[in-house]
Formats: sequence, structure tokens, C-alpha cells
Amino acid sequence: MTWETVIGLEVHTQLNTRTKIFSGASTDFGAQPNTQACAIDLAMPGTLPVLNEEALRKAVMFGLAIEAEINEISAFERKNYFYPDLPKGYQTTQLEKPVVVGGHVEITLADGSAKSIRIHHAHLEEDAGKSLHDDFHGMSGIDLNRAGTPLIEIVSEPDMRSAEEAVAFAKKLHAIVTSLDICDGIMAHGSMRFDVNVSVRRPGEPLGTRTETKNLNSFRFMERAIEKEVARQIDVLEDGGEIIQETRLYDGDTDTARAMRSKEEANDYRYFPCPDLLPVEIDQAYIEAVRATLPELPDPRCQRFVEQYQLSEYDAGVLSENAATARYFETVAAECNDAKLAANWVMGELAAKLNSEERDIETASVTARQLAGLIKRIKDNTVSNKMAREVFDAMWQGEGEPDGIIEARGLKQVSDSGAIEAMVDEVIANSEKQVENYRQADAKKRPKMLGYFVGQVMKASKGQANPQQVNEILLRKLDELL
Amino acid sequence: MSIDRATIEKLGELAKILISESNVEVTTRSINDVLTLVDQLQAVDTAGVRPLANPLDATQRLRSDVVTEPDCRDQFQALAPAAENGLYLVPKVIE
Repeated sequence: MTWETVIGLEVHTQLNTRTKIFSGASTDFGAQPNTQACAIDLAMPGTLPVLNEEALRKAVMFGLAIEAEINEISAFERKNYFYPDLPKGYQTTQLEKPVVVGGHVEITLADGSAKSIRIHHAHLEEDAGKSLHDDFHGMSGIDLNRAGTPLIEIVSEPDMRSAEEAVAFAKKLHAIVTSLDICDGIMAHGSMRFDVNVSVRRPGEPLGTRTETKNLNSFRFMERAIEKEVARQIDVLEDGGEIIQETRLYDGDTDTARAMRSKEEANDYRYFPCPDLLPVEIDQAYIEAVRATLPELPDPRCQRFVEQYQLSEYDAGVLSENAATARYFETVAAECNDAKLAANWVMGELAAKLNSEERDIETASVTARQLAGLIKRIKDNTVSNKMAREVFDAMWQGEGEPDGIIEARGLKQVSDSGAIEAMVDEVIANSEKQVENYRQADAKKRPKMLGYFVGQVMKASKGQANPQQVNEILLRKLDELL
Repeated sequence: MSIDRATIEKLGELAKILISESNVEVTTRSINDVLTLVDQLQAVDTAGVRPLANPLDATQRLRSDVVTEPDCRDQFQALAPAAENGLYLVPKVIE
């Protein structure tokens, strides 16, 4: 008998506002500890929160992008718990009246099938600070710069049935929030963090008991954590055991998971409406004004790429997923006027470099304009593909513009057929034995034997002859000798 | 609705408030009095009355997304029992 996996996600998404959700302190990442934690963030007596209009606007943008309802009246509540990185002793969040209700996100799986994942709701809340557990004389250090950073927590329905679906959903959410420019999407900074609810059941039976694995900050860790947890639950159940509802922690570095010490009362958050904040009114005119500013989203952009640039669904999907990549690709394609070559270079050489250096496309060492300049030189036969890769590497190292590099390194490909013919003649004249073998050989074997001559000509040209032309001329000349 | 001694003790623990043995009885009684008042309120027929998130007839005003708070770390940390390297120090909290 098989088991069915049921997965729901809670996604903490940091909004890329300049300031905190309830205070005018900066949200810049990487500042010196506690230099961006003001009296409101520290819960000093006498302070009052005031909602950041940008945080609200970005939450509404998200709701509209996933075709959700926007609550006309949205309210904040206090979620009470004690932890040193939460100075107020409660998190200001939303429960009964979140900004965003419902909606859906479409995912595509590796086998090409599509699925719609329903969103339960998305609410505005504040992030907590960070606890640093390095040893400070047996104490923990607290940095409250992150306290009060605006988040939307996006809560899905338990609609996913495998780790693959959960990852596809998480990646699509990432694509949506970065395309909307409401989140910087930098996973390494914790800009998106996933809590995963997992249970298993026999097909057709009611939902099994679930566990929650908290605070996963990469797609790969999320996938591993789900796979491990599913395997663990199946083991427990097949051994006749029971799943205990608990919160678990996954450590990506050691690929291990464990249950958090669970306290009976840990989940009793005693929510109540926050008396410091009034209800937020969101009228239809405001919603329509925000709707009018929505940028192009990944799915429509993917369709446009297929139609406008004649890309395959796969290529269009990769290039359209992320707004920055899409912008880069479109700039290259427009400048060099060859979408197919632009797609190949962005998904090939450029992606490989970015991957190996773990960088984002925004910080690429080769600009879209430079890459387009290089592709133009491939198209007009100035350089071969092989030379182009060398020029690309040189640009990546900061050696400047493609034309300058081609000039400086003497990389111009010889496309002058007269010059190539002369080299071919010389090679044929100096290769009596090979020419004789070629003539004697079976016609089927000749294409293989051509390699020797091509190699000699390329050597004679110091690698600068246009290989296609060399092939053509060699074939013609050798055939004349048959 | 009424609550018992055990619930009061649990709430005290959750709220990190020490309710001394001598106070448990009187606290339980006071809170039950409050709950009796709530029961009275809940007896009112509210069909057709819009739920009220806040007693003030006002909605939340919003702030512009502009940095207005300077770095006052030194002043705040002067108040803290322990601070080092810019961090507030607290009793170890890792599980």
C-alpha cells in the first residue's frame, strides 16, 4: 500500500520597504547590531506604532497578483509569547482580518503538468530580532535590527503532494514577489523563510497528524527536510507507531532534523486585538489604484516570451521566472537582435558564471549591453563561438568592452575566403600521405578523416579561421582531388 | 464561563507573572467576576450589529516610508543590564 504526502507551507516574506512596519527605523541589511532599532522597535514605554503605507501597499499588490480578496477592513492582533528577540513580549500580527484572503498560485512540474495551489490567506506582521548564540560569558547576544521589519506571511492550503510540488510552489512565490518588487528575494539574507507542514495518509483517508518544520531558508533545504520528514513519518506508522504533532528543526549543514523541546502551553498565544493600532480601511479606489501599478507577472511574461521571441516553453520559463533575469535577457535580445542567441548565452555562459560564484544577475560582471555587443560579433562572423567564450571570460574579469578585447587579444576570426583557401592549399600540399589515404578511403570514412585537415588549417591560422568556412573549402578542394 | 485555579496558574506561567499561593484564590475570584460581566455583555442580541475592531470611530492613519529614526544605540544600551559589541546580552536561550 502506498502513502500519500500532504504538504502546506507558511512563507515569511520580508517586504523591501525602507523602514520598519511600525517605526521610521531603517531596514537596511547588514548594519552594525542594534543601530537600526529605535524606541518603538525596543518597546520602550510610551511609544506607539504607526503603520507604514508602503508595507500595506505591497501586501495589497501581492493579494491582487494572486487574485485574492482584499479585506476592506483589516486589523492587527497581538500574538503573545516570551523570547528575548521579541522585545514587546508579543508579535503584532493579523489573525481574524488579514489583508489578503484566498487566491491561488499556478505551478508547473518537471513532467510538464500544471497544478493550482490555493492560498488560505496572507497577513502583515513584524519580524523578530536575531539571537546570536556565540558564547558571551554564558549569555546570548541579541541584535534587534531585524525587529519590526515588515513581513507578509503567506499561508497555503494543504494542496501539495510531494517535495517537488512544494519547491515548485516556493519558487513560483519567489518569482511573483520579486517580479512585484515587494521583496528582494535574497534567500541568504533570510528574505524568504519557509515553515513546512507535513503529514502522510493512506489515499482517500482523512488527513494524518502533521508536524511543522520551521525556518527553512533555501529551496534545497526545504526539499530535503520534507523528504526526510515524510520518510520518518512512514517509518513510524509502518512500525505501528503514532505521529506526534510537534515542531521540528532541520539543520541543512548536517542534513538532520529533531523535535523542538515541546511545551504543552507553547502554542497558547492568547491573541487579542492590538489596542495600539486602529483598523485599517482599504477602499475600492485604493485597490484599483494599486492594481493599475501591477507590473508584468511571471506567467504572462513566460507566454509573451514564447510568442514574441519564439522561445521554447522551457527557455521562456527559465528566463521569465525572475524579473531581473527577464530584464537582462530582453535588453540583450533587443540590442543584438537575436533572441535565440541571447537566450543561449544568458542561460549558458552567464548562468554558469553566476552559479559558480553564487551571485545574482544584478551583480553580474558583464552587462547586458556588453553581452549583446559580443553576440553581434558572433553574428557577423568576427569571432567563433569558442573565441566568444574567451572574450566573455575577459569581460567577466573586467577587461572592458568586447570589441576592445577582440582587438587587444587578436581574436578576429579569419573569414576572408582567399586567405583560408591559401592556407588550405598549403596544408594539402604538405600532407601528401594523408591526402592519398583520404582518396583511397571509403566515402563513408572520409568525414572522419577530414578532422586532421581542419586541425592543420586551424593551427596554421592560429585558431582564427572561421571553422565553418574551413570545412567547406577543404571539402571542395579534397573532392577535386578524388 | 468560569475558570479554575489550574487555569489561573497556567495563565500566570504564560504571562510570566508570579501569582503567589496566597493570591491564587483572590485572583481566580476577580477574573471570574470579569468573566461574569462578559457573560452579561454576550447576552445582548447583536444580530445586525457590525463587529467592532476598535471602540474609536476612526481608522488607522499611515506613515510615509521614510527613515526618521537616528541611531541611538549608545543611549539605549546604557539602560541595559548587559551589552557587548553592540549586542544586548541575555541569559542563554538556545534549546
